[in-house]
Amino acid sequence: MPALWIRNARVVDPASRRDGVGDLFARDGRIVASLPAAERKRARLVDARGLVATPGLVDIHVHFREPGQTHKETIATGSRAAAAGGFTTVVCMPNTSPPADNAGTIQYILDAVRRDSLVKVLPTGCITIGMKGEALAPIGSLKRAGVVAITDDGDCVQSNEVMRRAIEYAKMFDLPVMDHCQDRSMTESAVMNEGVMSIRLGLRGWPNAAEDLIVSRNVILSSYTEAHIHMQHVSSALSVDILRQAKAKGVRVTAEASPHHIALTDASLSTYDTNFKMNPPLRTEDDRRALIEGLKDGTLDCIATDHAPHTDYEKDKEFDYAPNGIIGLETALPVVLGVLLRENRFSLSRVVDLMTRRPAQVLGLAAGTLAAGAPADVCIFDPKEAWTYDARAGFSKSANSPWSGCRLQGRVKTTIVDGRIVFPTPAS
Amino acid sequence: MTWTRRHLLTLEELSLAEIEQIHATAAAFKKILQRSVKKVPALRGKTIVNLFLEPSTRTRMAFDMAAKRLSADVIAFDAASSSTTKGETLRDTAQNIEALNADMIVIRHSAAGSPLYLSRILGIPVINAGDGAHEHPTQGLLDTFTMKEHLGSLKGRKVVILGDILFSRVARSNIYALTKMGAAVTLVGPSTLVPHGFTALGAKVSHDLKSALADADVVMLLRIQHERQGHRHFPSLGEYTSMFGLTKTRASWLSPEAIIMHPGPINRGVEIDSDLADGDRSVILEQVANGIAVRMAVLYLCAGYQPENVIASTE
Repeated sequence: MPALWIRNARVVDPASRRDGVGDLFARDGRIVASLPAAERKRARLVDARGLVATPGLVDIHVHFREPGQTHKETIATGSRAAAAGGFTTVVCMPNTSPPADNAGTIQYILDAVRRDSLVKVLPTGCITIGMKGEALAPIGSLKRAGVVAITDDGDCVQSNEVMRRAIEYAKMFDLPVMDHCQDRSMTESAVMNEGVMSIRLGLRGWPNAAEDLIVSRNVILSSYTEAHIHMQHVSSALSVDILRQAKAKGVRVTAEASPHHIALTDASLSTYDTNFKMNPPLRTEDDRRALIEGLKDGTLDCIATDHAPHTDYEKDKEFDYAPNGIIGLETALPVVLGVLLRENRFSLSRVVDLMTRRPAQVLGLAAGTLAAGAPADVCIFDPKEAWTYDARAGFSKSANSPWSGCRLQGRVKTTIVDGRIVFPTPAS
Repeated sequence: MTWTRRHLLTLEELSLAEIEQIHATAAAFKKILQRSVKKVPALRGKTIVNLFLEPSTRTRMAFDMAAKRLSADVIAFDAASSSTTKGETLRDTAQNIEALNADMIVIRHSAAGSPLYLSRILGIPVINAGDGAHEHPTQGLLDTFTMKEHLGSLKGRKVVILGDILFSRVARSNIYALTKMGAAVTLVGPSTLVPHGFTALGAKVSHDLKSALADADVVMLLRIQHERQGHRHFPSLGEYTSMFGLTKTRASWLSPEAIIMHPGPINRGVEIDSDLADGDRSVILEQVANGIAVRMAVLYLCAGYQPENVIASTE
């Protein structure tokens, strides 16, 4: 593999406190400080004048649906969507079919990743067998098989006792536990945020309180056991407050926010468009503002997409019957740039931090920096380019995006994994 | 003013003028219904499909009757014996109905928003006959039509809607129609079934039945939809009746002119005393009768005709 020379980029790497125009070099898949002149001549040259080069983006929350739901997405198609969105490391959720609650399924996923993936796909395992919230999954074997965290994403562990034992046990392996915070007893048949909009639309509401309760529960359990719990896709203003207080006290909790929860509100639901249906649901403007505030002051650690592909025919239904979730890998960067950089005056470095170093830190991943010696995972994008996103023309197998047909600003030009260009997609 | 809508999906989106056009058309049809020959040839040769995916007695029969009075052919879609039980989607079912050359579809569905969804798929008019807890526009139209017959203008009138508001599409459609017509709406019931958020729709929320009834011109009772609630919103039907049931004593708090309404089906002895349901103030059966004329008006207008044509024919 030839060496790589990225020229004249604005290099933004919060992990090494770098933000300035310059060059980036890689040899044998790793970042190097520079290349000798002779090597430069033979290097693969990427002209990045006017573009931004950052560490490859890191997404700790995607659904690649393999095994078992490959009509929605596969590791091959999901990884191409990731590459197109500038992501070089993604963490996939275990709610596959069968669920990834045993070492064999993890091995199957890792084999598929090795065979089919363009980017680094890291698996998670279930907290409980079948994500039923009852018996603990073989967490030690899952860790040995290669999971980077455990979670029952989508099926929040309801029993406080089971959750307590899970985090206490996982702590022994230094394995983070991620939780989708939802008190199910309060959200039966719920399909959207509970509030004025759910009253208007006559749809069943999912109250913030159902999230706030489990976030509080997790803060209490983490405080009690000193085990790390990561809150997935926080959507409620009070949850942000609870986490702020917990962090101030030194409780080992972390949290993510999704691009859609910081960009959209339940006001978008007035036409019952199922591409705005997800779990947790889009909430109010007050919640949206609180999430942005939480990202600003560090209460929320990172952005994660919750990329959740579903086919047209699954989504094209009465609102009550459509599945939850939207795809997000190919739109995350421009959407987040729009909300945080342009509308809320975050620095570019801060936005990049929330999508690279910080998510990697949450799970302790060796990713998210361009320091010499790090894997040569790079995202090169044009922060100014405006383009119209067409989900159907995208790389994901599914097209369930609320942004399809929208003008977005900021576009990924090149994605590099271990010194190899993976987007634009190499000819196979 | 020309009627331009092809679909009737919600009362939220109708203007006051449109509501009045429907009422005026319904009044003309009501005159026709009092003749010895009750049928008009307006929709002769048209086929209307009643796609009822949720149980209904009154609404379904009234739409059936209305279509027949307009000389349309009516096909009733029976959810129990249809392909929906074999997993056919609403889109496919509706597209098949359109392919069979139906001219209009009347839909009742437990999923809110499904009439809007169909209207975006199909090239034929879609009439909402009740969608989940969202809206029941023809019910709101016939209720306000009935109120107008008794009270004249509804401007400044006070209407109390009492009962299970949270799960009620009838309440929502009535709130929209009544507030547009200038009436003041007060929603009364247990706090778990009448959340404060309803004030955003332009209604007042109260849990004090006595003061609400004291100056009401209309009290509209709603059935407690215990099948939708999972038994958590109030302790028991008995307690509901003891707190909010319209008993004879409570009815005596009403002014003598006030009328009692109910969209049906009524649960005698639960939300309303049996004698009151049958009493002089009750207009419950008038509501049912008016349901035919109002639905004739809706079918007629959404089929592309103008109010003047039928109004002129009765003057």
